[in-house]
Amino acid sequence: MKIYTYDNSFEGLLTAVFECYSRKDFPVDICARNTQSRYLFLENVDIHTDPQKAERVWKGVQAKMSGANKQLLFYAFLSEEQGIEMKIYRFLRRLFSGYMNLETDYGDSDVMSLTQSSQKVKKEAMRIMQFVRFQRTKDGMFFCGIEPKFDVLPLVVTHYQKRFADQRWLIYDLQRNYGVYYDKNEVKEVEISKKQFNAFNGQVKQALLDEGEDFYQKLWRSYFKHINIEERKNLRLQLQHMPRRFWKYLPEKQAGA
Amino acid sequence: MDEKIQKKLAILSDAAKYDVSCASSGSTRKNTGNGIGNGVAAGICHSFTDDGRCISLFKILMTNHCMYDCAYCVNRRTNDRPRATLSPQEIVDLTIGFYRRNYIEGLFLSSGVIKNPDFTMERMVLTAKKLRTEENFYGYIHLKAIPGASSELIEEAGIWADRLSVNMEIPTEPNLKKLAPEKNYPDIISPMTQIRDSILISKEERRKYRSAKLFAPAGQSTQLIVGATPETDREIILLSSGLYKNQNLKRVYFSGYLPVNDYDKRLPAISRPPLVRENRLYQSDWLMRFYHFKAEEILTEDHPFLDLDVDPKLGYALRNMHLFPVDINKADYEMILRVPGIGVLSAQKIIMARRHRRLTTLTLKELGVVLKRARYFITCNELAAKFSDWDPVRLKRQLVINSHSKYKKSLDSQLKLFADFKPVLPTLH
Repeated sequence: MKIYTYDNSFEGLLTAVFECYSRKDFPVDICARNTQSRYLFLENVDIHTDPQKAERVWKGVQAKMSGANKQLLFYAFLSEEQGIEMKIYRFLRRLFSGYMNLETDYGDSDVMSLTQSSQKVKKEAMRIMQFVRFQRTKDGMFFCGIEPKFDVLPLVVTHYQKRFADQRWLIYDLQRNYGVYYDKNEVKEVEISKKQFNAFNGQVKQALLDEGEDFYQKLWRSYFKHINIEERKNLRLQLQHMPRRFWKYLPEKQAGA
Repeated sequence: MDEKIQKKLAILSDAAKYDVSCASSGSTRKNTGNGIGNGVAAGICHSFTDDGRCISLFKILMTNHCMYDCAYCVNRRTNDRPRATLSPQEIVDLTIGFYRRNYIEGLFLSSGVIKNPDFTMERMVLTAKKLRTEENFYGYIHLKAIPGASSELIEEAGIWADRLSVNMEIPTEPNLKKLAPEKNYPDIISPMTQIRDSILISKEERRKYRSAKLFAPAGQSTQLIVGATPETDREIILLSSGLYKNQNLKRVYFSGYLPVNDYDKRLPAISRPPLVRENRLYQSDWLMRFYHFKAEEILTEDHPFLDLDVDPKLGYALRNMHLFPVDINKADYEMILRVPGIGVLSAQKIIMARRHRRLTTLTLKELGVVLKRARYFITCNELAAKFSDWDPVRLKRQLVINSHSKYKKSLDSQLKLFADFKPVLPTLH
């Protein structure tokens, strides 16, 4: 009876899976090192992340999974749900034992819950594509601070990189305190120590904003008001598509003059 | 200057809001690396207004001056409203400004008709061309083709735009003649046919040569006003099914009639827009496009109107009780699609999942099947068919009572009693 602990990275988890195989072990649980231990009398095996071992496991996964589902496990992992590690582990055990098309076996509770978790993550990534609102700063950069439920910034980087290829932009995860910055050439991960923006709603300090910014926000608010058909009012539907937690980032939802 | 633009934007977005289409889907125009924008095939909605409709495109009229006098239109010549016109450059600047801030997916440009159709269309095409060539814009552009514009202009519009649309507005020609005497069907159908042919040609050519020009890669769409004229739902569904088949349309939009010109006696007097009817029409539209239903199956000749109490799929099931119950573990895909409460995604997942093991109701629930409706029409492992001998009327009652429909209020029979005093089908003079 053992539990494995790892450093809470996906690579770490894959390394742990590798170690399970090489030690011919089946752990009771795999959990992150820094979480509070839920077990009192179990032997603890600490796994050091090894990119090479992780790579080997990941290659095996890629070879066995089909097209659209290749990223299933990674997305599910990003959901940060408790106990997701063991679901992934059990899934991999079955996968590597030669089970075909495992990812469509929705009658199995592990496959089902992994699918649901990955859906949740994908939905959140979609929301980040929808509700990011850039503010133009004096030096011509487009900034947005936002707080995704899951760590999905890596999933939307290519989308924004392709879309805004000719402008410098920075999307900052306010909760996890890191951002992705694009300088017209490549995307970099950055951490800002001296913040020139409101850490609550990502609003850049007025003095640093471009002169045109206010004008465009005002236009957008006016457009948002006028495109609405009063006779068809349906606030429930609006709320369903646009959860309230995003409202503080949206210029159209601010009172503003 | 800034204030003037703001005023114009307010007037022209206010005038554009009755266009329903806002889809930004179907185009995968790729940024070549130096421009702005990139198409996403699925489309992205960036915001939602208080009426729950999405904002995906920057929907604006070029001008709300119009030489026509159509009874159903808020911008008709004889209405006394504030009028404004945006120049192509102003529209380009607004679009780019919004796009760079990730407010929108692209532009949806429509317009009132000024001077003549060609003059109007030319300015619209110019706007799209400016966006593509001067700003290197690869986002989505939806252009409205003005009925009566020359075929050369429509051809050029298709080169710059992702989607073109010609609005039919009124589902039958005699009624169109009554409400919009200056318009006629040939003027609407001929650009539609031209766009269809050009799209087909371009598709064919692109199969042979990669460098062949794109022509409206996201296809064309149209819009019908529902409730302004006495057409039956059956007529509307048959028309839209014909449009999908013969004109290769991507979408037919329905717009519940809003009494914008309530002084006009040619139009029916209604207190609320027919939102439920509009919703049921969209559901039927979905059945045709994604659920392999034929128009004739949704509405029969003796039931020319959709049932407002239950959705059309449920209505179909209630009329065809002999086809049910469906065994989830055995039936083929087509039949599973027809079960009320099972959507396309669930149906596909059911097919894949049952290869591995027998499915139980628990799995169905987790797959997202609405068992509240589906359980009357399926058998599935431990779930026996105990409703198959029920009378459809009784079953319908049971389903309606159990549903917490968003339209419950409007379904209340008490309210209905009063609503019935109003003529539902106004006679046109």
